[in-house]
Amino acid sequence: MQLINLEKVQHRIESLKGEELYLHLEMTTGAYASHLDSTKHPAANFITNTKIKYDHGSIAGIGPYRVGLKMAEGWIYTEGLTHWEEEESERLLLAGHDGQGKLVVALQLSREPF
Amino acid sequence: MREENRDVMSENILVVFPHPDDEAFTVSGTLAKHIEAGAHITYACLTLGEMGRNMGIPPFANRVTLPHIRKIELERSCEAIGIQDLRMLGFHDKMIEFEDQVLLDSQLDALLKELRPTIVYTFYPGFSVHPDHDACGESVIRTIGRLPQEEQPIVYCVAFSKNHQEVLGKPHVVNDVKEYLKPKMTSIEAHRSQFQAAELLGSKKLEDEEIRERYGWERFWIYPFHVSE
Ligand SMILES: [Zn+2]
Repeated sequence: MQLINLEKVQHRIESLKGEELYLHLEMTTGAYASHLDSTKHPAANFITNTKIKYDHGSIAGIGPYRVGLKMAEGWIYTEGLTHWEEEESERLLLAGHDGQGKLVVALQLSREPF
Repeated sequence: MREENRDVMSENILVVFPHPDDEAFTVSGTLAKHIEAGAHITYACLTLGEMGRNMGIPPFANRVTLPHIRKIELERSCEAIGIQDLRMLGFHDKMIEFEDQVLLDSQLDALLKELRPTIVYTFYPGFSVHPDHDACGESVIRTIGRLPQEEQPIVYCVAFSKNHQEVLGKPHVVNDVKEYLKPKMTSIEAHRSQFQAAELLGSKKLEDEEIRERYGWERFWIYPFHVSE
């Protein structure tokens, strides 16, 4: 993955708006969080291949970045994004990696199921 | 504690773990030793570890490509160890504890019936930290527990939760795998999206005494199906 390029990601967000898309949204501290450090509280969630449509969306911040997607009846929001996959021209793959390179959050949109 | 000295010639061994890479630190040296003695090994890996958090440093994998990359890593690791038969069962990473138990158990039961292993390696349920590890071990134990006693293989469990020695006591089997550090480190290195093998070794060589002690022992607890004996 590459470090996020704000303009290019914004462009990709624009290109996918108004369409029915498959969403993968995820956040995780990792299953080993409390095994490695008992003060850590392990938490995670993900939802995969749920259909969504947004009419308005943008990426914000100076990095790590935030993304908000406005749907007819609600929002999709992610904070902590650092990387994206530039070569994926049909999909938007965004991820946030921590200082050790481990994935913390992911926000992905695609016309086809993941 | 005892050293594993059974005759392992032409023995059928089944290894069941949920993630590609679970084999590398825990059992790869022991498996290489079994294989050298003529054993045939089937490794049933329940998932492709597609929900893993490590994408390599810098990240060369992503959420979408990770399962493909980890599949290749797993194949290379098995090659390094000498595992003859790799089965990827295609369950979803992180979801083993929520999986339909009948489906999960039936796949393991089919493998047991097909292979009739004398030895099984898996995670010790309740002492293996990751929910997938515990659920994998539970399914193996449940399924083997349903077999007639004379058909039950010995189950060697890996355990590493904080309290495992307190509850389970000292390992029942401690294998010296110092002669098999080469396949073991190659197995670890194969999982390059997951481990920074170079960092694990640092400037040290495999011949280094500290490395040989750190990676040269593999510990197992035999699952007590029949506690009365
Ligand atoms: Zn694992």
